[in-house]
Amino acid sequence: MTPILECRGLTKKYGRKTALDNIDLKVERGQIVGLLGPNGSGKSTLIKLANELLTPTSGQIFIEGLEPGVETKKKISYLPERTYLNDWMKVHQLIGFFSDFYEDFNKEKAYDMLKSLNINPGDPLKSMSKGTKEKVQLILVMSREADLYLLDEPIGGVDPAARDYILRTILSNYKEDGTVIISTHLISEIENILDYVIFINQGKIHLTASVDEIRSDKGKSVDALFREVFKC
Amino acid sequence: MSWELKNDRPIYIQLIEQIQLRIFSGVYPAGSRLPSVRDMAQEAAVNPNTMQRALARLEEDGLVITHRTSGRTVTEDEKMIEKAKTQLAKEQIMEFLEKMKMMGLERKEVLSIIQNITEEGNV
Repeated sequence: MTPILECRGLTKKYGRKTALDNIDLKVERGQIVGLLGPNGSGKSTLIKLANELLTPTSGQIFIEGLEPGVETKKKISYLPERTYLNDWMKVHQLIGFFSDFYEDFNKEKAYDMLKSLNINPGDPLKSMSKGTKEKVQLILVMSREADLYLLDEPIGGVDPAARDYILRTILSNYKEDGTVIISTHLISEIENILDYVIFINQGKIHLTASVDEIRSDKGKSVDALFREVFKC
Repeated sequence: MSWELKNDRPIYIQLIEQIQLRIFSGVYPAGSRLPSVRDMAQEAAVNPNTMQRALARLEEDGLVITHRTSGRTVTEDEKMIEKAKTQLAKEQIMEFLEKMKMMGLERKEVLSIIQNITEEGNV
């Protein structure tokens, strides 16, 4: 089967600085993958290349065999590290906006999740705390029935109790054969829900392995391994 | 019963043990139907593929049966459940005895400590 995400010799340079250095990578369907690396390792660059927010300096990236473009954006639900939503909009307006924009948007799901997080659909975004805004954004992203979810730091700004809820939200809402790629450095919080992890550092793939492989081969958690590998 | 997962051992192995515990203690009684993989995964806050893997192992061991159309059930064979229970108990005791050995205790001493505790009625 065609991998949902594939990189071949993918390189991205910003001026003289190399953000991604000749990366080869395949991610299959139906998996939850952790994209883990220290700050500035190339995580967001990779995700932005998949979304066509950036174009490769050299090499290629494919979403289900296609180069990023209109067709691939239909398949990808993307949570950026920073919000792009209009602050003045109310949550129900945002939901209307998303369901106009994406064919695969499930309104009912969105309202269910808002309810369980006690978010009032009539509230404008600008009246909300940073954490609540992040929750709204994640709800919008997870209410799509996409083939690939790209979540850039989805749990960074919320409290630990909300983190648990968000992880469960991700678990219960991604499409059956969909793939979720989560970039984060809060590893211990998410490692139980991952199939496998990609360690990325200084623009290179350092390791790819399943979580249980790491635990049985090295007798330690992904979090502990990460701390060891990226020790400062 | 909440799902307790430690972070130094493979998750699927811990899930196998936790599901076994639920079967032995009657949370999932003999012959009863198990929740869907996705629901169980969500409850335990783990990846559905990992839960699937744990259930597949339990199926190999015969504790769990998959029906073509109606999901999974716990085996009705009480003897088999009893056997698996004894097996798990044995493993736990071996592990415990290993630790006691590391502490430099002889089997006899361990047994007398256990006896004292049970006689005091603490257990």
